[in-house]
Formats: sequence, C-alpha cells, structure tokens
Amino acid sequence: MQIGRVVGTVVATQKNAKFEGAKLLLVQPLTLDDQPRGTAVLAVDSLGAGVHEKVLIVMEGRAAGEALGRKLAPVDAAVIGIIDMVDLPVSPKPRGEGG
Amino acid sequence: MQLARVIGDVVVTRKDGNLGAIPLLVLQPIAADGSDSGRTLVAVDSVGAGIGETVFFVRGKEASFPFYPTEVPADAGIVGIVDHWDLG
Repeated sequence: MQIGRVVGTVVATQKNAKFEGAKLLLVQPLTLDDQPRGTAVLAVDSLGAGVHEKVLIVMEGRAAGEALGRKLAPVDAAVIGIIDMVDLPVSPKPRGEGG
Repeated sequence: MQLARVIGDVVVTRKDGNLGAIPLLVLQPIAADGSDSGRTLVAVDSVGAGIGETVFFVRGKEASFPFYPTEVPADAGIVGIVDHWDLG
C-alpha cells in the first residue's frame, strides 16, 4: 500500500461499465515526510474520501478490484482507507543515508 | 489508473489473434496539472477514444478485462474518457 493525498476528482461520462457509480479520485502518492512522490494516480473510492484528505491506496489490480467489490473490473488502484494519522517514532532517513 | 493524452495510433497487421481489431493508441501520461509525465506507451482501447482526447488507463492484466472472455495480451488499456478533472 501507499500513503497519498487526494488532490482532485475526475469526471468521465464515457467509461467502462464497471466504473458506474464509482468515485474517481486523483491521489498524489507521498513520501513519509509528506513530499509528493511520482505522478498522481487515479484511484476508485468507495469510502467517501474528500479532497485534501490523506488516504491509504492499493496500486495493484486484484486488490483494487476487491476494494471496489466488482469482479473483472479494469482497475489498478483503489482507496482502501482514510488515514487519521501516521505515527513514526523514529523519523525516516532519506534513501542512501543508511539506518 | 493514470491520466493520459491520446497522441497517436498504431497500425499492426500481423499480430496476436486475440488482439483482433482492438484499437491500439499511443498515450502520453500526464500529471494532475496536465503536463506530460513519464514515458509514452501503447494501450488497447475499449471506449472509443480518439487522438487529442484526455483519457484514463489501467495498467496490468486488468487491461484485458473489458474484452473478457477473450484473453487479450495487453498490459495497458484505456477504460474511460475524461470530461474534466477538478483540483481541490
């Protein structure tokens, strides 16, 4: 799973039928110190996450399909949790600095 | 899934039988601000997208699900045409 922040919503009329009724959110993956990492992904959401909220997302097809609860849905990312807080007793060190 | 712009199409005569007449489009993934982001790729299309349109596509074997039960050998597929997106 990845931690991300909801940065937007997407509206699409013409889409695969398995997406009917599902909410599509633009989620920016974050590093543990809340910096954007990589390109924003489009995730289906059935929990009611809103813009600016921090969420837990899966980025794998099978897991995303299960989160959506629909068989054979052509999805590869889904919101599976709305994060209350992330507790890191020891702050993460940047890659390459050991620890 | 990811946002992308359709920038071209690919014509292939000799191909895997399960690809049939499925359109193959060239995509440029884009970031939330609409700028190009990352490498272009070729995706199968099941929603009738055209060049110039903004779409979203799925990666992995799920790209073949819209064509079920045909087992299309694809690793990326367009699954929706974007009307608009709003940044919070």
